[in-house]
Amino acid sequence: VKYRFEVVVMLKEGLLDPQGKAVENAIQSLGVSNVSDVRVGKNIQLTVEASDEADHRDVIADVVADVLHPLAEKVLSNPVIERFSVRPLREDPR
Amino acid sequence: MSRRPRIAVITFPGSNDDRDALRAIRLMGGEPVPVWHGDRELPEADAVILPGGFSYGDYLRTGAIAQFAPVMEAVRAHAADGRPVLGICNGFQILCEAGLLPGALIRNRGLAFVCRRLHVRVETALTPMTAGLVAGDVLEVPIKHGEGQFVAEPDALARIEDQGLVVFRYCSPGGDLGEEHNPNGSVNHIAGVRSEQGNVVGMMPHPEHAVDPDVGPLGGQPLFESLLSSLLAGVR
Repeated sequence: VKYRFEVVVMLKEGLLDPQGKAVENAIQSLGVSNVSDVRVGKNIQLTVEASDEADHRDVIADVVADVLHPLAEKVLSNPVIERFSVRPLREDPR
Repeated sequence: MSRRPRIAVITFPGSNDDRDALRAIRLMGGEPVPVWHGDRELPEADAVILPGGFSYGDYLRTGAIAQFAPVMEAVRAHAADGRPVLGICNGFQILCEAGLLPGALIRNRGLAFVCRRLHVRVETALTPMTAGLVAGDVLEVPIKHGEGQFVAEPDALARIEDQGLVVFRYCSPGGDLGEEHNPNGSVNHIAGVRSEQGNVVGMMPHPEHAVDPDVGPLGGQPLFESLLSSLLAGVR
């Protein structure tokens, strides 16, 4: 069965995000003054085929730990500058 | 007759400075060897250059996809063997992504793509590229990049500085450091770094565009001279 996930990748807090800064400047140039700390990241969505078991939450937890975390560390993000988070887009197979 | 050192230049999909690198090697007296990214083995070569460009359209992150190209296993082996690997611009980004060099390169401060000549100061002679120079030498070279801001986390940066891994810093024509001489916001004005062993070097400026008196500054010449001399001295 197939599960759908999203991986969100953001620059680490300590790093100035030039894109976020540019977007923030654009927002302020619209006259909106109460928006700050804009940061731009990436949203990557993917489908993973997994075993068909009754407890979806177990399967999802396994997929996150065994498949998506290694992929996020190796390919989807650069741990030197970015951090990531993973979450299922649905709680059951689609 | 002494042989000419052979220097491989890898072409990835989206590389666009590979031909200039091959030409610079020839002009400077080496034997250029073109290599396709899909090859699993390197031809016999004394050094490897990863050229500038926009491999895989800079998708995901600059250099992120290229680090998994078939040829990169052979490049890793070449580097692990202590032999010279030079990454220029996108090649520098690829080497950082591949973990062969410390730090990372992100969007320029100010977001603008910067294309101009500038000066860099040599910080160490402990690389094949700078062996013929001394710390403090200033070279005029061009840059052209949108994502050349060198960054590292504080502890990693401290290690880079403590171990003398900085090879080049952006500077004034006289060799002074200052924000006004830093084109992209790189931390500590870093324009190039090396591996701990010293045989892997990455730099954002383009030495391959700076070897021909007809078309530019000549700051690339001493770097290629150093590399070729190092290779001749080490010829097996």
